[in-house]
Amino acid sequence: MGSLLRNRKFREIFLQAFVISVVAGLLIAMVINAKASLAAQSLTTGFGFLERSTGWDFSFSVLPYSISDTYRKTLTIGILNTLLLGFLGIALATIVGVIIGLIRTSKNFVFSSLGTIYVEVFRNVPLILQAVFWYSIVSHLPRPRGAISLGDAVFLSGRGIYFPTFNIGVTAFLLMVLVLVAWLAFLLFIRDKIPTITRKKIKISGWIAMPVIWLLIAWTAYEPGTPLINVPALKGLNFRGGMRMPPELTALVIAIALYGGAYIGEVVRAGLMSVPRGQIEAGFITGLSSRHIFTRIRLPLAVRAVLPSLTNQYVQLMKATTIGLVVGFSDFFMIISTSINQSGQTLELIAILMIGFLIINLSIAYVMNTINRRIALKGYEVKG
Amino acid sequence: MSEAVIIQRPPQPGLFSRWRRNLFGSPLDCMVTIVCIALLAWLLYRFIDWAFISSIWAKEDEPLCRETHGACWSVIDARHRIILFGLFPFEEHWRSTLACVVMIATMVASCFSWFWSTMRISLLWICGFGLFYLLMRGGVLGMTDITPERWGGLALTIFIFASVSIIGMPLSVVLALARRSKLPGIAKLTGLFIDLFRSLPLLTILFTAAVITPFLLPGWLQGDKLYRVIAGFAIFFACYQAENIRAGLQAIPSGQDEAGLTLGLNYWQRVTRIQLPQAFRNSLPAIVNQFVITFKETSIVTIVGFFEILASGHAAYGTGEWTPHYIEVYVFIAAIYFIFVFSLSRYGAYLEKKLRVGRG
Repeated sequence: MGSLLRNRKFREIFLQAFVISVVAGLLIAMVINAKASLAAQSLTTGFGFLERSTGWDFSFSVLPYSISDTYRKTLTIGILNTLLLGFLGIALATIVGVIIGLIRTSKNFVFSSLGTIYVEVFRNVPLILQAVFWYSIVSHLPRPRGAISLGDAVFLSGRGIYFPTFNIGVTAFLLMVLVLVAWLAFLLFIRDKIPTITRKKIKISGWIAMPVIWLLIAWTAYEPGTPLINVPALKGLNFRGGMRMPPELTALVIAIALYGGAYIGEVVRAGLMSVPRGQIEAGFITGLSSRHIFTRIRLPLAVRAVLPSLTNQYVQLMKATTIGLVVGFSDFFMIISTSINQSGQTLELIAILMIGFLIINLSIAYVMNTINRRIALKGYEVKG
Repeated sequence: MSEAVIIQRPPQPGLFSRWRRNLFGSPLDCMVTIVCIALLAWLLYRFIDWAFISSIWAKEDEPLCRETHGACWSVIDARHRIILFGLFPFEEHWRSTLACVVMIATMVASCFSWFWSTMRISLLWICGFGLFYLLMRGGVLGMTDITPERWGGLALTIFIFASVSIIGMPLSVVLALARRSKLPGIAKLTGLFIDLFRSLPLLTILFTAAVITPFLLPGWLQGDKLYRVIAGFAIFFACYQAENIRAGLQAIPSGQDEAGLTLGLNYWQRVTRIQLPQAFRNSLPAIVNQFVITFKETSIVTIVGFFEILASGHAAYGTGEWTPHYIEVYVFIAAIYFIFVFSLSRYGAYLEKKLRVGRG
């Protein structure tokens, strides 16, 4: 026995077996304990509850819903809400970030200090505080009667922001988005599999076909006899028609866009700064205009340098959408926590929550890494 | 006879001419500069006017707030104790204040490199944190016993931050070393654990800790909800920090460790004398940055039902006459966060600059 303990190989295997069995034992103990406490509350385990109807209401949904929907549908709506919030927030944060990044790299230091002030203010205050701040601003906007009107088409009120929409229904709209996404994904994958000239032809015909397909979808979905554009109008105490963006969503989108914009601005700045001076000077020597130096040299190289850290920021922002609960936005997390309160199926719902977030985050990382690989320049590496 | 060699540098443009070239180089630059200065001046003027000139300060002057466009700081004057101390008993507020001062002093002290040894930093934090807990909790030396359920406001924020740091930091070192272990079983298991925690939003982990763990743990192990949440937060923090430390460990040239091996040092000697000191030096900016993020994230505990500074801010403007003054309350809380987070992140930037010296 003594010689066995002195044997290094044996010691290593023994240590690993010990650690793994302790972890496994802990997990089993937790499951047994959970079963016991669930049995004490006479709850059945398993995913059967997904088909039960929920019987409770929530604040916002991208799809039409009712309180008699099943848990399965309600959870799906939660995921879609989170995706919508994440998409809007991340898209706007990217726009803000690019603008801030450009301002901060300006040679004119009075100009760039505007960017610095922005970044320092918005990055150093917690996102959740910014969210509740914007929520109280947005929900203190005037009532619909006194709503702030922008060209009589968009109305800002405490009940939400009202936009005009096309009268084509949600399904048709989602279909249009889907077509666009599919096309962009296709564009990403055809690179270097097809010769350049064919690729260009495919690209051009695709971009021409896109509006045609959209028009076709819109035309089939459009109900004759209704006006094409649905403009919100004040009827009685509230607006009718158009699309309403509820204050919860508005506040969260503003907060994520401004907070994320500060972080992305720093990423963009680092990317622009990482482009070696020699590349830019080479552009000057070849007689390119400063606009061309920017669009043909600096920007493409910066985009490549930036993508990995941008992916990271996107994943972080996606995770940050969970704070929607604090202003009462019915995102995935809020739906899950309400479901737990109402159904008591704690463990199953937590598992769904974790798997849901894993899938969302892994998909973001996958898409961004694919883009990163596709646009990588062979034999050239910018230090990030 | 030797002649001093005078190295002639090309003439550097002075500050003034550099400014002139950058700010007024072209007509467009001139315009941008002037517009920006005007914008900055206007913003500054509006802010100073709002915050200082047209503002109302005393709580008795609240009725005047309706006639001015400036800030109504009366709400802070009247309710600052709620914001800073939460439900802490009124007569004992001095204890909460003193405890915060002690903890802040501890944080400031640990920024000085004199404390950067395992012995000194642990001693500093154990003393600082112990004193903080003693002052807050009481029960000895004639101080009344105040249970953590009644802690609130800034003190609770600082308590959560400090305990997460004090539990999370050692844990992160363990996790980083375990993930780099040569034993595949341990390395894989730790990797899985770290990646799982890092892929989840903090809120879901805090929520699980607050609501779900009572199902998973036997009653004697559950503890108070506050401590469960802190434990969950600390694990989350440790997983992120472990990756920072691991990055620092990976940057050490392998010759360093091999030199230790040839000298006959064992694993722990190599880890504590060679690897960790260099790893900390390599990743110090990232580590400080993680503290910055964590301080901001303490505000998330408000969602799982704790009365930290954001929640106490809600309570401060939630009653009757103060409801219109939510902006002032939020600005006040934002300013408190800003002071902490900004100084910490500036310190991180300073370290980054300082550590770059001597590296070429």
